[in-house]
Amino acid sequence: MSADTSPAIELRGASKIFKTPSGGLHTAVRDLDLTVGRGEFVAVVGPTGCGKSTTLTLVSGLEEPSEGEVLVAGEPVAGVGDKVGFVFQQDATFPWRTVLSNVMAGPRFRGVPKAEARDKARTWLAKVGLAAFEDRYPHQLSGGQRKRVALAATFVNDPEILLMDEPFSALDVQTRALMSDELLELWEGTGASVVFVTHDLEESIALADKVVVMTAGPATVKQVFEIDLPRPRKVESVRLEPRFIEIYREIWESLGEEVRITRERGAAHVA
Amino acid sequence: MSPDTLSTPVVETAKAPDRAQTRAQAARRRKAIVFAVRVLLLVAFLGLWELLSRAKAIDPFNFSMPSKIWDQIWTWGTHGTALGSLGEQIWYTLYEALLGWVIGVITGVVFGIALGRISFLADVLGPFIKVLNSIPRIVLAPIFLIWFGLGPSSKVASAVVLVFFPVFFNAFQGAREVDRNLVANARILGASDRRVTLQVVIPSATSWIFTSLHVSFGFALIGAIVGEYIGATKGIGLLVSQSQNTFNPAGVYAAMVILAVVALAAEGLLTFAERRIFRWKPTGSDS
Repeated sequence: MSADTSPAIELRGASKIFKTPSGGLHTAVRDLDLTVGRGEFVAVVGPTGCGKSTTLTLVSGLEEPSEGEVLVAGEPVAGVGDKVGFVFQQDATFPWRTVLSNVMAGPRFRGVPKAEARDKARTWLAKVGLAAFEDRYPHQLSGGQRKRVALAATFVNDPEILLMDEPFSALDVQTRALMSDELLELWEGTGASVVFVTHDLEESIALADKVVVMTAGPATVKQVFEIDLPRPRKVESVRLEPRFIEIYREIWESLGEEVRITRERGAAHVA
Repeated sequence: MSPDTLSTPVVETAKAPDRAQTRAQAARRRKAIVFAVRVLLLVAFLGLWELLSRAKAIDPFNFSMPSKIWDQIWTWGTHGTALGSLGEQIWYTLYEALLGWVIGVITGVVFGIALGRISFLADVLGPFIKVLNSIPRIVLAPIFLIWFGLGPSSKVASAVVLVFFPVFFNAFQGAREVDRNLVANARILGASDRRVTLQVVIPSATSWIFTSLHVSFGFALIGAIVGEYIGATKGIGLLVSQSQNTFNPAGVYAAMVILAVVALAAEGLLTFAERRIFRWKPTGSDS
């Protein structure tokens, strides 16, 4: 079958145009070409508000492209598929469910019998280190713990494609580094393809095989950088390596320009 | 300097349990004082009423007096009312109010969630619901009396129309205000539309719905009482209208007191149920 050889994700000339409340049109993503190979970890960086998140919603099937094509495993995306996992920027745990029940939600939604779902959920809760917290409610956990619940709830579905929308941006710096390491550990066992959206260049280099720099909005791909740092990586130590700093400088040259453009536009907007 | 700084922590640790104890004591004392002042206020109010009425400073016929009201309740309780035993009247009113409340709540929640989820329905039915809501619904009570007769069904009907709208609007709003992230997350995790409604929309709308339940039980009682007042064979509303017709203000007040007790008990039950259902919510003391 062609599906076996096709890349995990392919966007071909994808655009997304939203209607603004005032009746105007807003182009979030313009003519986007992007390919993510199987098992590849791709980080997408770009200035704030440039339309990075929109790219993810197109791949997930939550939104349809206005123009162009979005393919997952060689098939055009039609609605939310069962191959995709999505970790959101904001808290998306169900506050009325306990931790265990939150992690069970995915398998249960997909028709897995209760006992089996519970076993799977317990396994993943143990992997994220929350086995002792299964009876708690989300409001009784810290922000980092809630993110772990979200990770477990996503991984328990065995997604082939993992979409992450600035998942750690709400966490403090130390917790963020810890969570990044944990994410790498969890991911390495699964062979899933990852698209990780962030505005933090350091985070993106430390995590990814490939860093995609987006232009100022409407977003399109500006440049793609291969990250040749060896794995397994530790986020805290890898960023001190000379090669890391070299890559950082190289990418920042490209990204910095777009950030400047965005900032100047913002200033013009205020004036 | 140094001996000073050394000695302070020692004193602190010795005092720590003491301080917790005195704080708990102060809290208890405050509670007792609040309660005592409440009782005092009630006694003062009732005493003043009794006194002024006995001294004829206020018209004892129009305003009656607490002792007479208590006598009235006592007589009703021990010898029964003109309509039968007091318990039966209370049960009758409560039954009508409860049945009307349950029907109104269920239809209100179902319609509210359905319209909140299906925007086509909301667009079609929106104006009709606005028109219906603008009718002062209490005037429907006489119509229901004509339609359904003197029995309980006419009271249930007026309770239903009073309860339906507040519950409907809250459920509708609750369904509309669901966190979009939660819905997106549920869909990604594999939930069908039906599952999203049942397991995301309804749970997150429950706090909206519960707010309306408190108000609407009062409305259900009003519906039942007004219905009985207009025409009935039994019930507290009928007691009110009979007392009024026999120039017995004490009877009217007594019926009011009984109603207040019933409403308070129902409110207590509802609060208890709410605590059980909303265990997942952060409270002031917790976390």
